[in-house]
Amino acid sequence: MIDKIFLNMTRTSALLILFIVAWIFVVLFDHSTEAMRTFGFDFITKDEWAPNVDKFGAYAAIFGSVASTFLAMLLAIPVAIGVAIFLSEIAHDKIKGIFGVSVELLAAIPSVIYGMWGLFFFVPILRDIFGGMGIGLMAAGIVLAIMILPFMAAVTRDAMNTTPDILKESAYALGGTQWDVIKDVIIPYAKAGIIGSLILALGRAIGETMAVTFVMGNVHHTPRSIMDPTTSIPVTLANEFTEADSSLYFSSLFGLALTLLVMSFVVIAVAKFYFLRKVRKGQ
Amino acid sequence: MTATQKRIIINRLALAFSTLSAVIALAFLFWILAVLVMKGVDALNWNIFIYEGSPPGYEDSGLKHALIGQLILVGLATLIGVPLGIMAGTYLSEYGKSSNLAHVIRDISDIMMSAPSIVIGAFVYAIVVMPMGHFSAWAGAIALAIIMIPIILRTTDDMLQLVPGTLREAAFALGAPKYKVILDVVYRGAKAGILTGVLLGIARVAGETAPLLFTSFNDNFFTTDLNEAMPSLTVTMFNYAISPYDDWQQLGWAAAFILSMFILGLNILGRLILLAGKRK
Amino acid sequence: MASIIDIKEECALNVRDFEFTYKGASAPSLKKVTMPIAKNSVTALIGPSGCGKTTLLRSFNRMHDLYPGNTYNGEIEFEGRNILGAKEDLIHLRTKIGMIFQKPTAFPMSIFDNVAYGMRLQGIKNKTELNDRVEKALQDAALWKEVKDRLKNDANGLSGGQQQRLCIARAIAVEPEVLLFDEPTSALDPISTQGIEKLVIELKERVSIIIVTHNMQQAARVSDYTGFMYLGELIELGHTEELFVTPKEKLTQEYITGKFG
Repeated sequence: MIDKIFLNMTRTSALLILFIVAWIFVVLFDHSTEAMRTFGFDFITKDEWAPNVDKFGAYAAIFGSVASTFLAMLLAIPVAIGVAIFLSEIAHDKIKGIFGVSVELLAAIPSVIYGMWGLFFFVPILRDIFGGMGIGLMAAGIVLAIMILPFMAAVTRDAMNTTPDILKESAYALGGTQWDVIKDVIIPYAKAGIIGSLILALGRAIGETMAVTFVMGNVHHTPRSIMDPTTSIPVTLANEFTEADSSLYFSSLFGLALTLLVMSFVVIAVAKFYFLRKVRKGQ
Repeated sequence: MTATQKRIIINRLALAFSTLSAVIALAFLFWILAVLVMKGVDALNWNIFIYEGSPPGYEDSGLKHALIGQLILVGLATLIGVPLGIMAGTYLSEYGKSSNLAHVIRDISDIMMSAPSIVIGAFVYAIVVMPMGHFSAWAGAIALAIIMIPIILRTTDDMLQLVPGTLREAAFALGAPKYKVILDVVYRGAKAGILTGVLLGIARVAGETAPLLFTSFNDNFFTTDLNEAMPSLTVTMFNYAISPYDDWQQLGWAAAFILSMFILGLNILGRLILLAGKRK
Repeated sequence: MASIIDIKEECALNVRDFEFTYKGASAPSLKKVTMPIAKNSVTALIGPSGCGKTTLLRSFNRMHDLYPGNTYNGEIEFEGRNILGAKEDLIHLRTKIGMIFQKPTAFPMSIFDNVAYGMRLQGIKNKTELNDRVEKALQDAALWKEVKDRLKNDANGLSGGQQQRLCIARAIAVEPEVLLFDEPTSALDPISTQGIEKLVIELKERVSIIIVTHNMQQAARVSDYTGFMYLGELIELGHTEELFVTPKEKLTQEYITGKFG
C-alpha cells in the first residue's frame, strides 16, 4: 500500500519534468502565435524592431546571438583546449589539483558578475583602443568567451582524461614526444567527447543573458562592424520584457524566447546525443 | 635537422602554447576575481546588513532587503525543487532504471539543465505573473525551482546508482518493502552524494539573475510578502550596476561579493562533503 | 643470497645494483637487482604480484619518467652506456627498446597508420618504403594475411588477439634491439595466446625479448632464461628448464610448486 503511494509519488515527480518541458514549448508557442501570424517569416528575416509602430523583426537579435556566440567560441576554443592540455598533460599533480578546482569554482561564479566586470573594466579598454563606445559585438564576444572558458576547459579536460594511460604509454614507448601523444593519441581518442563538450559550451553561451546584457548595447541594428553595438535574443528579453506595452510586442518577445529555446535545444541535443552518447558507448 | 629534432622543437612550442593559454586564462579570471574582491570588500560595511535600499545619495542605504529577499527566493525554490528532484531521481534509479521512459526523462532533463534560464523566466511570466496580474516572490521561486529540478534529479539518480545492489538485496532478504529499502538503506548509502547535489543545485540557482527579471522583479524595500515583487541580490546588482549613481554601483559590487562568497562557500562545502563521504 | 647464472653469450642489457623508488615511497621497490639479459633470447620474469617484475621491465625503456618524482639508482647498461643517466635521449632509447602492454593498445587510427606510426615519428615519409616496411612488419607479426585487404580500416575493429599482434607489428616496424612484453596475453583468449607465444619465439632471432608473465607455464613455454623475483629482489636467474626442474633457491622452489603466490 505505502509501496504503491511511494512509487506513484516518485513517478509523478519524474513525469513532471517531461510535462514542464512540453508545457514550456506549448506556452511559448501559444503566446507567440500573434506575432507569427502578423509577421510570418518576416519575423526572423527583417531587422526593423519598432515598438512605436508595432513592427517587430527579430533578425538583428538572432544575428547578434549567433555572431556573439560564434565570436566567443572562436576566441575561447583554442584557449580552452590549451588549458585542458595543460591541466591533463603538462601540470604537476599539485598544480593540476589547485588549478583544476579553481577553474571549476570560477565556472560557478554568477554570470552577472562577468557582465559587471565587462562594463566597468573591459569596455573602457576597448573604447581606448578602438574608439567609439566600446560596447558592442566585440565586447559581448570577449566577455562571453571569458565567461564560458572555465566550463569549457573543465569539460574538455574531463574528455581528454578518459584516454587510458596504457594507450598514451604505448605512444611514448615508440619514441613519441608529449605533443605527438597529445595530437596523435589523446585528441583522436577523445575527439567525440571534446567536440561534444565544446558544443555543450556553445549551447550555454547562446542562452547566456547577464554576461552580455551590460556590454552589447541593446540596439536593434544588424551590426556593420564588429565594434557596432547590437543586441541578442536574451539581451532583448532582459531589457524589454517588462516594458512591453502592446499584446503584439509581448507576443514578439515570446516569439524571441521560443526561437532561443529551439536554438539551444537543438545545439545541446546534438552535443548530447550525437557526440557524448558515442563517448558513453565507447567506454 | 633530423625529423626527431624537429619533433622536439614542435613539442616545446606546443607545450609552451598550452601553458601560455593557461596563463592567459588564469590572468583574465584572476583579474575578474581581484576586481570582485577589491570592489566588494571596499564597499562592505555594517550598514549594508542593517538598512534597506534608498534613493541614491542617502547615507543609510543597504542591502538588507535584497539579502533577505534572496534567501526567501532561494529557500522557497529549494523547498519546491529539492523534494521533486530527489523523488524524480529516485524513480529513475530505483524503478525506471534502464527503461525507455527513464532514458527519455534523463535525456530531456539533461537538456533542460543547459536551457537558457531567461526562457524559463518568460515561461513563468506567462503561467504565473500574467494570471496573477503582478510580479511575485512565488513566480521567482518557481522559476528557480524549475532550473533546480534537473540538477537535483541528475545527481540523485547518479548517486543512488552508486549504492551497491547487494545492499538492496540484503534489505529485501530481511523482508523489507521496497519503499523501506529505499528510505532506510539506499538513501542512507547515498546521503553524502545527495546532499552535495542539493548544495550544488542551490549554488547554481542562487547566482541566477535572468529568470528573476520578470518574475520576482525587484523592489528597493524590505518585504516578506510572497505575493508581491521581491528584491534579490542578483537583480539588485544588475539594476544598481547599470544606474549612473556611484553609491548604487558601490552597493552593486558589495552584493556581487557577498553572493559570490555564498556560492563559492556552497561549492566548497559540497565538495568537502563528497570527499568525506568517499573517505569512509 | 640470490643465485644468478653467469651468461656466457653476449648480453643485450646488463643490470647492475639497480634500485628503483616510486615517488614518495620510503623504501625502494627494487633492491640491488643485478641481472644480465642474453642477446637474441627470451628472458621471462616471474613472481607473485607486487614483486617488482613490471617495475623492472618499465625501467628498461624509462617508462617511469612519464610520472615525475621516481628515482633510479645503479646501472642498466645498453649498447655500452648506462641508460639511467640524466642525459639519456629517451626518444632514441624507446625506438631501440620497444614495449607491448597488458592490453592491446591500438591507436584510434587505421591499421596501416598504426604500424607506420613509429616510422613516421622518425621522419620516414617515402611511400614505397613505408608500404614495404608496414607489409614486412605485419608479415613478421603473422597478421598480414588477415588484414591486407583492409589496411585503411579502423584498427579498433580488429579482435583482441589481432590488435595485440598489430601492436607487435607496430613495435618491430621500427626495428628495435629489445622488445619488452608486459603480460601480453593477460587479456586474450587461449588461442590468441598461443599465437602470441609462437610469435615471441620466432622474434628472438632478430630481437632480445624480456617478458613479464604471471603464468609460469607461459614462462616455461617461451623463454630461454627465467628470473624469479620476490619483494623487489631478483632471487634466482637461470636457464628456464633448470630453474623449473632444479631450482637452486628454496623460495623459487616454493613458488613454482605453488606454496605461495
